[in-house]
Parts: sequence; structure tokens; C-alpha cells
Amino acid sequence: MELRPHDQAVVDLGGIRKEISIALVADVKVGDYVIVHVGHAIGTIDPEEAERTLALFAEMARLNEERDSKPHAAGSVGAEVLS
Amino acid sequence: MRTDIDQPASGEAPAHRPVKKNYTRPLDIKHGRIDMGHGAGGKAAAQLIDELFVAAFDNPYLRQGDDGAVLPLPGQGRLVVATDAHVVSPLFFPGGDVGCLSVHGTVNDVAMSGATPLWLSASFILEEGFPLIELQRIVRSMAKAAQEAGVPIVTGDTKVVEKGKGDGVFISTTGIGVVPPGVEISGRNARAGDVLLLSGTVGDHGVAVLSQRESLAFETTIESDTAALHTLVAAMLAAAPGAVRVLRDPTRGGLATTLNEIARQSGVGMLLQEAAIPVRPQVDAACELLGLDPLYVANEGKLVAVCAPEAAEAVLAAMRAHPLGAEAARIGEVTTDPHHFVQMATRFGGRRVVDWLSGEQLPRIC
Amino acid sequence: MKYIDEFRDGELAKQIGARIAAEVHPDRSYSFMEFCGGHTHAISRYGVMELLPANVKMVHGPGCPVCVLPIGRIDQAIGLALAQGAIVCTYGDTMRVPASESLSLIRAKARGGDIRMVYSAADALALARQNPQREVVFFAIGFETTTPPTALTLQLAKREGLGNFSVLCCHVLTPSAITHILESPEVREFGTVPIDGFVGPAHVSIVIGSGPYEHFAEEYRKPVVIAGFEPLDVMQAILMLVRQVNEGRAHVENQFTRAVTTEGNLKAQALVSEVFELRPSFEWRGLGEVPYSALKIREAYADFDAERRFSLTYRPVADNKACECGAILRGVKKPTDCKIFGTVCTPENPVGSCMVSSEGACAAHYSYGRFHDIPVVTATAIEEATP
Repeated sequence: MELRPHDQAVVDLGGIRKEISIALVADVKVGDYVIVHVGHAIGTIDPEEAERTLALFAEMARLNEERDSKPHAAGSVGAEVLS
Repeated sequence: MRTDIDQPASGEAPAHRPVKKNYTRPLDIKHGRIDMGHGAGGKAAAQLIDELFVAAFDNPYLRQGDDGAVLPLPGQGRLVVATDAHVVSPLFFPGGDVGCLSVHGTVNDVAMSGATPLWLSASFILEEGFPLIELQRIVRSMAKAAQEAGVPIVTGDTKVVEKGKGDGVFISTTGIGVVPPGVEISGRNARAGDVLLLSGTVGDHGVAVLSQRESLAFETTIESDTAALHTLVAAMLAAAPGAVRVLRDPTRGGLATTLNEIARQSGVGMLLQEAAIPVRPQVDAACELLGLDPLYVANEGKLVAVCAPEAAEAVLAAMRAHPLGAEAARIGEVTTDPHHFVQMATRFGGRRVVDWLSGEQLPRIC
Repeated sequence: MKYIDEFRDGELAKQIGARIAAEVHPDRSYSFMEFCGGHTHAISRYGVMELLPANVKMVHGPGCPVCVLPIGRIDQAIGLALAQGAIVCTYGDTMRVPASESLSLIRAKARGGDIRMVYSAADALALARQNPQREVVFFAIGFETTTPPTALTLQLAKREGLGNFSVLCCHVLTPSAITHILESPEVREFGTVPIDGFVGPAHVSIVIGSGPYEHFAEEYRKPVVIAGFEPLDVMQAILMLVRQVNEGRAHVENQFTRAVTTEGNLKAQALVSEVFELRPSFEWRGLGEVPYSALKIREAYADFDAERRFSLTYRPVADNKACECGAILRGVKKPTDCKIFGTVCTPENPVGSCMVSSEGACAAHYSYGRFHDIPVVTATAIEEATP
């Protein structure tokens, strides 16, 4: 992703490049991933959290294998509890 | 169209050089524009036709110089006639323009009956003020497309409308072809158990056109797939005579609309495999950005075929051997379904209905 | 596509589906409401329901801003185009919503109204700059996700002193919608579906954060799990909800940790509060008047408020009597419960707004889920059945 003047930036999605506004997000740097909606970036993606979420999915697969080979084991929820 | 323009010497010739007899000031293609005179049917119109159209399309029929072309009747088989109007905006897009599109579109319509396209006619509606240099570009593109396809443009017409009443150029083409005896290809013929074959990636043309529209402005390497498919069709029919039951090219409305049309015409259902439908990654990404579904995006150089299951392998091999079918794939099968649903097993593992397009495909908002 | 394809993996989907099947109690049913258009779409397009056990039901709440737009507001927009000759710009789906006198924005366009579809509020601003002699009105709809871009546009318009630009503000707020569902007086008339928990919206939460949902968890003792808009996100969120229900918990949990924080996008929120303020009341299609559920333009930006500039009055218009959008938006009825679903009311000729947007419950069901209602037989099955 490149930064452009007047709060614009060029994002790349699978080879397609489009200019969008980043006026709504603070501290965006080249190389960041953003979520785009109606021509504006509305938030950035935290790569660590993304990996953590994907790891959680993989854990599901592992739990299922365990389940199939022994009695039901309760899994843990890796996401944030907030209240 | 008349080609015998006889004009006295132009008054603007420099005085010291003798002016040739029958000198006619040629069209100023570089800077000239269409004006109402070009549509009046008089000398200006004739000059436009002669120097722009006939010069590009040149063939024996056009040189006859009559209002209609006199063509030989084919010996055997039946005549196929198809017509199409082309109002694409913008006129020029990555991979093509309205000119070659108008040739390919009608050649393909004729070919979808299993016919060999023979001749084309072309009718132009030009907007006052349209630059001649762009018109020439379009006409030359048509001529090239027609020549490469081996289908000459044998007759035509031009009209001019006032500024503001047209979008630059509208082109309408009609094609005539011959389908040999014994070849029965129609949207009515699909039967449960038949195999669905697609000649290549979907969504390319629509995305290429959208990328040019001002309000979208994104840089992409996607080009329109506009192409004449009649030689691909010939190869397919030769590979397995009698096995191909339906042929159709998924233009406006995309693959989804075409399949629904066939399902309804034949009174059957369909089951597609999403993972088998080829889509270029950039087309996928562009559709993602715009909230569009590639299944509903227009194509101009692809076809879908319904063929008997025992011949599917042979037909697919013939497609893949042809340059326009290199990425051909088997995408599903025809089912029995009184409701004529086109269903799809999604890559995700679920199932959904792929319905008709409703209205124009508008992007979602959340 | 990074951060997209990984979240659509079919293998992982099966695994999560198996997990959910393993953990649901077989003797009870689970009903979860989602109110994010992106979720409605993801569930339909990817066929998520197929991967869930039969006793888990998803209910579509009022997550589609187009669907909750009342007829009276579309009439205002149409009036601006036809009567006032303004260029009216809006997002795509709004164009087809049916309004009074068999009109819609797209039909008004056919009658000569200068109505244009834009992909972004900034496009509307650009139109105003390009057409200084015409009035340009941006018909702004959407939940908290689309509000910051509109706010930005108003700021820019003020800074540039664009005298011909104004906004018809119909932005609505998500939490109000949910509260209204849970405790409105109409609940007596329509009844209410026992909802066990909520799948929190994806994009909206990026902007407002997860904080605002704590109210629902506490007040109504319902778990809320904020989910990303990819199908795997939705499935994982469902699993998390099932677990909360089984354990008798009612917390706000965040599945969409890669994009949602507790406080949300503060920069966007500040922008919105500078330009907009709460309306005391606003009509939602199918839900009636809902207090403190929508935004209007502040006094400081009054010059750019289309309602003030054109002295618009709001006239509420009742829905077609046969239309069940109201009940469907509440999750009380299913699209198939509506007498005119699929016959009189189709995506081609929508009678109510649930059929217009692909995120509307009726349109989503019509396009993707209808086949569930009718069994389909394949040729091989017939062959196997006949001796």
C-alpha cells in the first residue's frame, strides 16, 4: 500500500489496486492491512490477532481429532472476554 | 452505398500548382468530427462511407456498391440469422472496443446454433461531434476482427443524431450463417445427466469495462476476453458429433443468467461445483472490492456447453486444445428439478441457489 | 487474497461445524440473531446453515440499513430529484426500494429525475464540485460504518464552502435497533422469538468498539459475540455463543479480535460527534418510531442539511398491508411466512424493503436459500431408486 496526498492511499487486493481514503484511520503505514468500506479505510487488521484467530480454527481441527479418539474434552475459548 | 463521387476541383488548392481532375479534399480524420451533414445521405455521407468504412472493410460485396449485398444461397443446411446492438460505455476498454465487440458478439450468436458464420452487416448510429479519429479506430478494429474471423461485413448503414442524443457510437450488427443438416443445438435440449462445460475464466469482460468507468478508477491488468468463438465451436462439434446439445455465450447477466435461461428452456435443474468454475484472482479481487459476484459479470469470449456425459471428456479435450478454450473446465451437471433451480455446491461446503440476476447488479452496502 | 481466503476455508468450516455439533445439547434448541448485513450475506452465500446442526437456528435481525429505511424518506429523496431538480446521489441498493405511487429512485430516474449511484460519499462531493450550478444532495443511509465517511464529506464541504452540496441524513444506530427489538410495545402485537444470544456486527463494531454491547449482556442477560464477516468467523462466533449458553454466561466476547477493540475507531467516532447529533425519534420501516436511534446534522453544519435547505417535512407512509417486513425485521416471522413472498414480491418487483437489498432477509432467502424448502432430485438418485 502506498500513501498519497490529501489522506489518500493506494491499496492492493489480490493484484487490483485502488485509491481510497484513509482519513478515518489514525497512523496507517505502508504495508498495513486495512478494512475498506464504501471507498474508505475504517480500520486496520492486527496481524498478530489474525494469526491467533487462524490458530484457533486449527485448534478446532485438533480437538475434533481428539474427540474422535477419546471421550468428549471441553475446549477453551481463546477470544477476549470483556465483561 | 454509392462509391462514385465526382467532384470538381476544390477552390482551396494553391494557385501555382495545377489541380488534378476529380480532386476531392479527403476527410480530415485527424481533426474532423461527425456533423449532421454526414447523416444526410448526400455527398458528405458518401465520402464518409467511402473513405472510412469501405476503405476498412473492403471486400467484393461492398465493392458492388449497392444498397444491399447479393449473396449466394448455401447448398445444404439451414440459415441462421442473429442480430445484436452494442452500446457499451466506455467505447474503448482494456482488451477491446465497441468495434471488435460488435463483430465478435454477433459471430458468436450465430456460432451458438452450431452454424458457420458467413456474412455480417453493420449499422452505425453516430453522435454529432464524435471525433473521426476515434471512429476510424473503431472501424479499423472491426475490420481486423472481421478479417481474423473470416467473416466479411458486406453491407451497412450510417445515421447521425444530434449532439446529446447518442453515446458517441451505437453499432448494430446482424450475422448470417449456415448450420449443416443433422446438427441440432438449442437451449431446449439439455437433459438430466448431461455435463456442463465452460470454456474459460468468467468475469473478465465486465471487470475490464468497469475499470474504465470514471467513478471506479482502479488500475488492473484485466483485459476483456472479447473473441470470436466459431472455430472453437467447430472443433467441439467435430470431436463428438451429436453430443453437444446446448451452446450459449454468457454475456450480459453472466454465467448465472445463461444457466438459468437454459434450465428454464429445457425444463431441468442444474448443480454446479463452485471450486470448478475458473475465475482469475484479479477478477475475484475486483469483484470483492465492488461487492459483485463473478457469476453475474458479463463475458464476451466464453461459452458454456451442455453435452452428453459419455462424450464430455472428448469435448473437453478438444476445447483445451484450442487457444480460446485452454482453461476449459467441467463445472457441473444437469439435474431433474421441476423448479428449474440452478444450485451450487460452495467451496465452503454448503449449498446455495444461483438465481437470475435481478435488475442491474448493484454493489452491496453494509 | 490475504486475510480473506484463509477465513473461507471449507476444511476448517467442517471442523468448526463438527465442534458445534459436538457441544450443543441435543435436547434444546439455540436461536441466535445477527443484525449485520454482511453476516446475512455470508450465511446465505456460503451456505453456512448446511454446516450447522438442526437445533441451531439463525434469525435475521434488522441489519440491513436499506431494509429499515421508511417509505417517507425515499419519498423525500425522490421529491428532491423530481420537484427540485437536484442531483440526488446514493449507494446502489437504495435505488430499488419501493416508495409511494409505485415509484422508487430507479423509476424516478426513468421519469427524468437526475439520480446517480455512487460508491462513496466522496463521489457525491466531487459531483458537487463539477456541477456548481446544480444542487447536489447526498442521500446518506447506513449504520455506524457508513456514518464517518458522510461526516468527513460534510467537513470537507464546509471547509471548501461548497454552496450547492447538502446531505439528507438517514443514518441509524445499531444498539437502538436491538433495544427496540427486545422491549418495544409492538412486541405484544407480534410476539417475540426467544433469542438466546446475538452475533455482533462486524464493520459497525470496528467503528464503535465492543463497549456498547455490554448493556445488552447485562440488562437482558444475553451473550453477544462480535464476529468478523467471513463465514469462518461467523461459525466460530456461533460456537462461542453455544458455549456461553451452555455455561449459563452472558458476556460480550470478541471473535473479531483482528479488527475490533473495546473502544473502536476513536478518530472516526470523534468525526461523527463533531458533525452529527441524536434525533429524539426516527421512523424505522417495520418498527415504527424508535427513540434516540438516528442522527441529524448539527447546527454548525446546518448549511449542508438538505432537510433545512429544502424545508422538507416528513410524512410517514404505511407499508403494503400484505407485507410482513415489520415482523421479519424483528425476527418474528420468516420470509416464507409472508403470503406474498416469492409470488407478488420478488427481487424483480419488491413490495417491501426486505426483498430489495441482497442483505435483506427475504432477498437472501430467495436467492440462496429457497431450495431448502423444496427437495431436489438428481438423475443418479432416480437411477438408484428405479429397479
